[in-house]
Amino acid sequence: MLRQRAIDDEKLEQPFNMDQFRRLLAYLKPYKKSVIITVLLMFIAAFAGLSGPKLLQVAIDDYMEAGHLVALAIIGILYLVLNLINLLCTRYRVYTMSLVGQKVLYKIRQDMFDHIQKLSFNYYDSRPAGKILVRIINDVNSLGDLLTNGIINVLTDVATLIFVVFFMFSLDVKLALIVMTTMPLMAIVVLGLKNVMRRRWQKVRVKSSSMNAYLHETLAGMKVTQAYTREPETGEIYQELSGEIRSTWLDAVKMNILMGPSIEIIAAIASFLVYFFGIDIVGDVGVLVAFGAYIWRFWQPLSNLANFYNSVLTAMASTERIFELLDTPADIFDHTDAKELPQIQGEVVFENLSFYYEPEKPVLKDINIRVAPGETIALVGPTGAGKSTIVNLISRFYEPVEGRILVDGHDINTVTMDSLRKQMGVMMQDSFIFSGTIMDNIRYGRLNATDEEVMEAARIVHADGFIREMEKGYYTEVNERGSRLSQGQRQLISFARTLLADPRILILDEATSSIDTKTEILVQKGLEQLLKGRTSFVIAHRLSTIRNASRIMVIDDGRIIESGSHDELLELKGAYYKLYRAQYQFLQAV
Amino acid sequence: MDIIKRIFNYSKRHRGKALFAIFCLILNIGINLTTPRISKIIVDDVIKGGMRDLLLPLLLILFAAGLVKSIIIYLRGLYFEKFSQDTLYELRNDMYSHLQGLPYSYYDKNRVGELMSRMTGDLEGIRNFLAIGISTLLENGIYLIGTTATLLILNFKLGIATMAVTPFIAYLAYRFNKVVRPIFTDIREQHAVLNTAAQENITGVRVVKAFAREEYEIEKFERENYKNKQKNIVASRAWAKYFPLMDFLSSICLVVVIWYGGSLVARGQATVGDIVAFNAYLWMLIMPMRLLGWMINLTAQATTSGQRVFEVLDTGSSIKEKDNPYIPDQYRGEVVFSHVNFSYRKQAVLKDIDFVAPAGSTIAIMGETGSGKTSLINLIGRFYDTCSGQVMVDGINVRNWSLRDLRSQIGIIMQETFLFSDTIEGNIQFGNPDASKEEIIRAAQIADAHDFIMEMPQGYDTIIGERGMGLSGGQKQRIAIARAIVKNPKILIMDDCTSAVDMETEYEIQKALKTVMDNRTTFIIAHRVSSVKNADTILFLEEGRIVERGDHDSLMAQRGRYYEMVRQQYKDLDSPEFKGQVI
Repeated sequence: MLRQRAIDDEKLEQPFNMDQFRRLLAYLKPYKKSVIITVLLMFIAAFAGLSGPKLLQVAIDDYMEAGHLVALAIIGILYLVLNLINLLCTRYRVYTMSLVGQKVLYKIRQDMFDHIQKLSFNYYDSRPAGKILVRIINDVNSLGDLLTNGIINVLTDVATLIFVVFFMFSLDVKLALIVMTTMPLMAIVVLGLKNVMRRRWQKVRVKSSSMNAYLHETLAGMKVTQAYTREPETGEIYQELSGEIRSTWLDAVKMNILMGPSIEIIAAIASFLVYFFGIDIVGDVGVLVAFGAYIWRFWQPLSNLANFYNSVLTAMASTERIFELLDTPADIFDHTDAKELPQIQGEVVFENLSFYYEPEKPVLKDINIRVAPGETIALVGPTGAGKSTIVNLISRFYEPVEGRILVDGHDINTVTMDSLRKQMGVMMQDSFIFSGTIMDNIRYGRLNATDEEVMEAARIVHADGFIREMEKGYYTEVNERGSRLSQGQRQLISFARTLLADPRILILDEATSSIDTKTEILVQKGLEQLLKGRTSFVIAHRLSTIRNASRIMVIDDGRIIESGSHDELLELKGAYYKLYRAQYQFLQAV
Repeated sequence: MDIIKRIFNYSKRHRGKALFAIFCLILNIGINLTTPRISKIIVDDVIKGGMRDLLLPLLLILFAAGLVKSIIIYLRGLYFEKFSQDTLYELRNDMYSHLQGLPYSYYDKNRVGELMSRMTGDLEGIRNFLAIGISTLLENGIYLIGTTATLLILNFKLGIATMAVTPFIAYLAYRFNKVVRPIFTDIREQHAVLNTAAQENITGVRVVKAFAREEYEIEKFERENYKNKQKNIVASRAWAKYFPLMDFLSSICLVVVIWYGGSLVARGQATVGDIVAFNAYLWMLIMPMRLLGWMINLTAQATTSGQRVFEVLDTGSSIKEKDNPYIPDQYRGEVVFSHVNFSYRKQAVLKDIDFVAPAGSTIAIMGETGSGKTSLINLIGRFYDTCSGQVMVDGINVRNWSLRDLRSQIGIIMQETFLFSDTIEGNIQFGNPDASKEEIIRAAQIADAHDFIMEMPQGYDTIIGERGMGLSGGQKQRIAIARAIVKNPKILIMDDCTSAVDMETEYEIQKALKTVMDNRTTFIIAHRVSSVKNADTILFLEEGRIVERGDHDSLMAQRGRYYEMVRQQYKDLDSPEFKGQVI
């Protein structure tokens, strides 16, 4: 029975953290002037926008019945002018703040992307790609509204509240005081409801994210579900999740719906008070009308403030994840006095090399190897023996805990990673293909290579044939992960890519995957071409590669237990002999 | 329009809720249209006219109206939401169960992301329309008519003057919507590009680092990031252009009321009460105008979304059960292909496939990538239908079988391993919900998975992520094998399922599998000769045709393609030590 698992364990909210908030605000620093001007303008705009009811009051009470048409015209023009000011301020604000907000988002996003380029494989090993992606894309997006509008809105809303109170008192102090009695009630209701709302919507988000995760997974695995006739069970789980969404949604939306009526009731009370007492206290129609208008203008900023608080909490969760990523130290970096590695011949020396994640579980123990330029070293041994670790250390994807690696006599810790890796070619089991044309994919090896050079490289590794058979040849678009290409074809493209880079040292993690015989022959031929004249380390599975290697090293439990040519090792009748014998028997026996 | 109609049709069963909500909505508007008139009476008769004893009753009426309105607003909102949620719940479940019935060919064509967006974004578009769109459309339509009529009745001249500006607001709202829509599409697309750029960088990090291409990647990302920024700025520029202008135009309405209204009052052609009432009505007039563009957009969105949703629901499954499907008392596991032809997307994939696999036999299928091996085995469980010829299981054409019964007897281990986000135990149990813990462990042992599972921190309770994150390809394959074994099927199909495990492990698995292969018909697709050597029959496919068939010995004797392949694969072993022992 397939259970439903919460895939998304990211926290949706974080308590307010002043330090992080300050750090976030620091991104606004370069735009301090724009922000300050905007805030000032918004104060003016709020004042201008709120003057309407007051002007209406003056018009009604003082000039209308008296028939002062000139005065009315002046009031009208004044009102228009104020609104024009409002228009210009708002326009400036929307434009400036979105500019600032977008620039900040751009900067944060770029900072994150730049930073992850510096992180070593350790970082990528420990978390799925999706989680990193979410931080760069979604988390940054969720800060967008806060930075573009949120902060400015808060200040504007506070200003609006102050101005509303100011205008009320300027109309009539006593009446203002009477109306004020209902305002705390409004504040309590609005803030209280918002709080409940936030929690309930959070529940909706959690539920819908797990429904989406489930949906995504079962759609991706639909073929498996059908093959195992598990449709009724998965359907039931989905329906259950779907029902939960409906009920949590209704729970949450009820609170939203409640907001309007609650304010309506409080406003009705306030209006009642205004008219009931107002007639005796002031008696002027205009004042009463204006009061009515201001009552309505009180709750909107309150509600906005509550919203702001909610969005800050959500944003804090994103902020925390963003800064956590930015604060992840790059554990492998160029030392300050790192030199460029000059053009190398390809000699590699391992000196007393040890590597482990935890001292109790050593991965490599005291490895000593000297490899002459042009040698092909085949690394063999059981899974988990440490073969991959050895090759990863050469390119400095990880750093040895003890000992050092010398390339042409240079300790690789003392040279820049860029100059080191540019002279090495590394091919992994799973050949990664970028979305784009095949041409682009091969050219990744040397960005300034001409089309002819690309094709030449493909020809040499025997990739040319199948590429030309594709509908648009080298310009065929392949999608992410190269799903249109077979495993063997992806490998050939990756060979061509590496050949184009023309590295002195080659590292190859041979795929175990079985490729159909025709492609397999091509891959072997391509490999031969690639290995020619380069120092290479091959984690080998193919017997042909092993046998043709200049030296075979048998790794077991983090040590080199045997080393020598194929014939020498067979002679030895040790571990290699056993390994070889076993494979052979396997081919025979089954 | 047809789509909108269909959406309504879909919600028919919940029409009661919608009608009640609409009833509340009309009541609400009625109250809103009346209360300013009461204010007018208060101003004109009570304050100006001095009829003070009317004040309290009038105020109480106003207050009561406010109270009733609150309840009505609440009910209205709640019932629109209930109506939309109920409809959506059904639509969502229908879509899901429909998707479950669609054949493999549908999933070959449609990407998961695409289906996801239909089931989330597009359903949200429909929800918006049902929950908010309908009520807003109705509300504003009625307001527009009601307010216009009221204003004209209240004071014809002032009414005309006040409304003069409103068409411009509507026009602006319409323009804004038109301008901004392509910009938003643009932003969405750019967002997808940005997403891909980051994703490829992260998943391809090993290549990036191996070629020291960090700088290049940063530049690439920066370009897209910059474009993303610019496009967002363009959108807010449009916003900045239109919205403040609409506010400004709205304020002109008030100026008209003050100045022109004031002059009418002065001339005695209007009362102060009229002015107060007009002031209250203003928003009811301006709102529908401002929302015009938004409403057009919402409807358009619902139409597109509806189209995409119904497209899924209208996709018929090409694979349908007969009305009285065959349900056997007993399963044997015999499989017969009789002159089977199969085409896929207008390309002939299998041609005249004809063979008999007696119950309990082992059939190996070999051939190059694209020669039709996977298509062939997918016909057995009727995941696709043949174009001509018959596939028979236990002597009955698979088209006559009950799909569920047929598939319950087949265990497939697919080429591409898919595991669910669940515990390892849950994943294996997926093959057979009734399997006991012992059976699960036994299956894992056969698949050579038990040992590495036990090494994991939580053993069988270890949760593995989507697509089996955190496991190596070989480990995933072994769990998938255990999943098929625990099902205990009569027909076991292994589609190149040990490609990611090393030779030694493969050997172990095959040794163990042998014990469970008894009394099962087994199909093996493999590239290594070692995996197929002991099969009863080896079928060698080339471009969809069986070009060689027979057991290992007879095929070797034929000296054909199979023989060539064996030689190719064994030439590495051609060392003096073992010379002559091979083959």
